[in-house]
Amino acid sequence: MSDAKQILYRVRRYDPARDGAPRWQDFTIPRTPGMTVLDGLWTIKQTLDATLAWRASCRMGVCGSCGMLVNGRPRLACNTQVSELGADVVALAPLPNFDIIRDLVPDLAPAFDAHQALMPFIVREDVQERENPTGEFGQSAEELEHYLQFSYCIKCGCCMAACPTYATDPSYSGPMPLAQAHRYNADTRDEGFRNRKETLAGERGPWRCHFAGECSRVCPKGVDPAKAIQLMKRELVLDYLRLRRAHASAPVAPKPKDGKRRPDVPDAPARTV
Amino acid sequence: MLKVQGHPNRLGVRGWAVGGRWGLERYLYTLHRLTGVGLILYLLLHILVTSSRAFGQAAWEAAMGRVSGPVFHAGEYLVFAAFAFHAMNGIRLVLVELGFGVGKPIEPVYPYKTSVDFQRSLAVGSLVLAGVLLVLGTLDFFVLD
Repeated sequence: MSDAKQILYRVRRYDPARDGAPRWQDFTIPRTPGMTVLDGLWTIKQTLDATLAWRASCRMGVCGSCGMLVNGRPRLACNTQVSELGADVVALAPLPNFDIIRDLVPDLAPAFDAHQALMPFIVREDVQERENPTGEFGQSAEELEHYLQFSYCIKCGCCMAACPTYATDPSYSGPMPLAQAHRYNADTRDEGFRNRKETLAGERGPWRCHFAGECSRVCPKGVDPAKAIQLMKRELVLDYLRLRRAHASAPVAPKPKDGKRRPDVPDAPARTV
Repeated sequence: MLKVQGHPNRLGVRGWAVGGRWGLERYLYTLHRLTGVGLILYLLLHILVTSSRAFGQAAWEAAMGRVSGPVFHAGEYLVFAAFAFHAMNGIRLVLVELGFGVGKPIEPVYPYKTSVDFQRSLAVGSLVLAGVLLVLGTLDFFVLD
């Protein structure tokens, strides 16, 4: 890599109103110390081509909006410094395995649909307590560790773009939704394993995964979807063999008796729903 | 959910080789699929050849004659090589897909250590065992034969 003061951005462009197919367009922009891939995109938009489209929001690897293919690998543009790429060319394309809406904007709706189908929320049989809670569901620090790693997922879609199974099989749910299904299955406050099993046992479930491991390699948050999927397979096999020990549902934790309210802490606002 | 008609961008079979960081396990994934397809094709050929025995001794000897040349001998060796890899890697996959060797959920601290790193010794071990099987098979095919 040279110490050039310029950097070449090669960007995959697609305008549905004008282009029949995606095409490459080159932009040469100033290279600055600490410059991220996202910084370069903003420079292009501000100085060279205002029509360039991509998604971004937080600029700090939290919102999961700016996932894109950076020099052939799914990454977050805001989390990737140009210097760490070790190249004189930054090639940017939309995340593969999703339709292109425009330029670097993929249509992530199929991933969110699959995510929604696996009920990514706490399912409880005591509906009364769920709808009108009287307290918190108790959970130990050890129980928290069973799913905490998987709860860091920001739904950026990088794992879905890297998965070779999802590349050939659109009916497969993909690493993100499946990891989130395990995140809730492993949560002691949740009682939704039986409901999710309906989907997990079919062709959308984890059985199409054969551990290429790419989802875990590219995950910008260290969520390790491959681990979640394998651990979920074990639970499903044990359940099929009637050997699974379902976790006891976390009860409502008793309220502390001796605590005193600090006078400088205001009351919670009234419920609006 | 809002439906948008975008331009198709699914990688298809190309996704077996591109689109990620090209780790060892991705190559094993692709090779496992290719050897699996190869073994299925061999099985079909095997059934076709052996079924000729149902049509009498002459048909059987004619069928065996057609598959006894050096090309088919080399093909059989490739089938054995595919078997050696597919069997050993398959044992690794059974273990890993039952949650063995992938580690427990951990606090993700950069640089991240993933399940792929945890099971790497299993992957290397399966390749070594496949290699040992292949050496023994090579001796049997070309030296001891």
